[in-house]
Amino acid sequence: MSGDGTSSVAIQRGGGAPARPRAPTGIAYFQYVLNKKLRSPTPYLMALGIGGWILIYWLFSEVWNLPRFEKMPGPVAVISDWFSRKPFQGTSIFTETYYVHIWVSVRRIMIAFAIATAIGVPLGLIMGWSRRFKDYAFPILETLRPIPILAWVPLAILMFKGLETPVIFLATLASLFVTVLNTMLGVESIDEAYFRAAGCLGSKPRQVFWHVVIPGSLPFIFTGLQISMGVAWFSLVAAEMVSGDYGLGYLILSSYVNSVTVPMVIGMLTLGFVGWITSALVRMAGNQMMQWRTRALALEGR
Amino acid sequence: MTVMSKNPAAAPAVQSGGKGAISIRNVTKIYDPGGVNVVAVDNCSLEIAPGEICMIVGPSGCGKTTLLNAIAGFHSITSGTIHLDGELLCGPDKPKAEQGADRIVVFQNGALFPWKTIRDNVAYGPIVQGRLSPVEARGKADHMLAEAGLHDVGDKYPGEVSSGMARRAEIVRALINDPRVLLLDEPYRAMDALTKSIMHEALLEMYDRTKVTIFFITHDLEESIFLGDRVVVMTTRPAQVKKIVDVRIPRPRNYKVLSSNEFRVLFAEAKDAVHEEAIKAFEAGERELA
Ligand SMILES: Nc1ncnc2c1ncn2[C@@H]1O[C@H](COP(=O)(O)OP(=O)(O)O)[C@@H](O)[C@H]1O
Ligand SMILES: [Mg+2]
Repeated sequence: MSGDGTSSVAIQRGGGAPARPRAPTGIAYFQYVLNKKLRSPTPYLMALGIGGWILIYWLFSEVWNLPRFEKMPGPVAVISDWFSRKPFQGTSIFTETYYVHIWVSVRRIMIAFAIATAIGVPLGLIMGWSRRFKDYAFPILETLRPIPILAWVPLAILMFKGLETPVIFLATLASLFVTVLNTMLGVESIDEAYFRAAGCLGSKPRQVFWHVVIPGSLPFIFTGLQISMGVAWFSLVAAEMVSGDYGLGYLILSSYVNSVTVPMVIGMLTLGFVGWITSALVRMAGNQMMQWRTRALALEGR
Repeated sequence: MTVMSKNPAAAPAVQSGGKGAISIRNVTKIYDPGGVNVVAVDNCSLEIAPGEICMIVGPSGCGKTTLLNAIAGFHSITSGTIHLDGELLCGPDKPKAEQGADRIVVFQNGALFPWKTIRDNVAYGPIVQGRLSPVEARGKADHMLAEAGLHDVGDKYPGEVSSGMARRAEIVRALINDPRVLLLDEPYRAMDALTKSIMHEALLEMYDRTKVTIFFITHDLEESIFLGDRVVVMTTRPAQVKKIVDVRIPRPRNYKVLSSNEFRVLFAEAKDAVHEEAIKAFEAGERELA
């Protein structure tokens, strides 16, 4: 996690973010970070670790054909199909449907995540800010939240027409609970001293909300958004498996149904990769909005 | 319990005719957590003159912070009155004072907003009160920071500077509002002796410029005599005024006074009073909850 944090900062700086006084900027900064990364042992260890696991996977599935691994496509089979112009099992980076599946899933995630954030953050802020509103809204939230998202599937299909809306609805719902809860905790986590200081300095309630409640809860909000992104993908894939025509979840399940196992694994790995990118984007947005935190953590050497 | 302050309004030592006179009369504060009455302050009276540095010492948990919170308007009092320059802050019909920029608190653990740069922290008060435009407020903030010896920290976030710098900046954030009273609750508690002495000098320097009334809670007797016009020793809980030590060491003071005879006499006088109360607190088994 910490390694990713630094690299995302590097990308921001390298990508021409407004220069901060006295900090190395642009290419100089990028070089500095790159240099430091290459000197530290972590990247080598990471590469070694990943390589090691792939080697074991290869030995188990393709060399020794161990029981339980014999049906599993090995790394060579997967990679040769994935990057082949004429894939044996129909899915590779050169087939158009592969990108359709990715795009459909990504689009659904973006819509669901955007709706959940747009509703969840304000709702959580108000719930954390106003005792009375929390008393009204919290019990409902706490009753609905423990219901596993898959239990909503039939209801979602009944409630919404078509294939698209129920899937998005489920992902939104799952994200929403996480975002609301974390935002609310974020407000509650703000040290009372900041409210008192704001009061002393003559703030009106609206100003306290703007200058204390919102920035003070940002760290929790962004932790929440990362988790929310994760559960959005989780419920999206589940929903796509149950009802769908496209999307990575659908790709995985339909491959299984059609007994083509390589696209199944390609779908899984693609999910891992795309999921990682989306959560890195959220983290970068967070670092950008919380310079105060990024810089203080950097000073602590994290 | 023999208590000097039941007769209210001990005469204040300093009279400068400025603003910021606090008069605390017969204030009682009873907390009621889950039906258990905790009497934190009992019929306490104290007059603080405008421009005075009034140091409050006493065993932990005796009710010092409670008194400060009542003045600042963070919570209500049970009975009695508190006036600021003759205006009622809180009393029988208005148990909780309104918070306002005329009484600004500097907190024990520091409360600069970590998400604002130091410049924006300092400029915050004038901006939200609508007294200055953001540009003017930031300009004034820079000016006052420089005056306080804090050059080049305006762009930094509080997390990027030392705690000593942050505490000084926090005092500047208070003073930019031209408050009548500065309320400090053990602001230098966690600092080492060297940092503390720098903080003391900086505070006295700012005081000399502004002559703001200072209500300063501390555990440190040496600090209290070095900084204060008067040292008010509180009893163990419930808090009342046990003894007031007048510090007539002329200003400006520097560290030479610490080794003067006068200082030693005052220190011994205050120490006796504090020690007596500390023993009482210890025997009462009061847990440290400060
Ligand atoms: N919110 C509260 N509820 C109940 N009791 C409190 C509360 N705040 C303080 N007290 C009690 O009041 C007494 C005085 O506290 P305080 O004013 O914080 O002491 P100190 O002199 O150390 O600053 C303590 O015994 C403390 O336990
Ligand atoms: Mg205290």
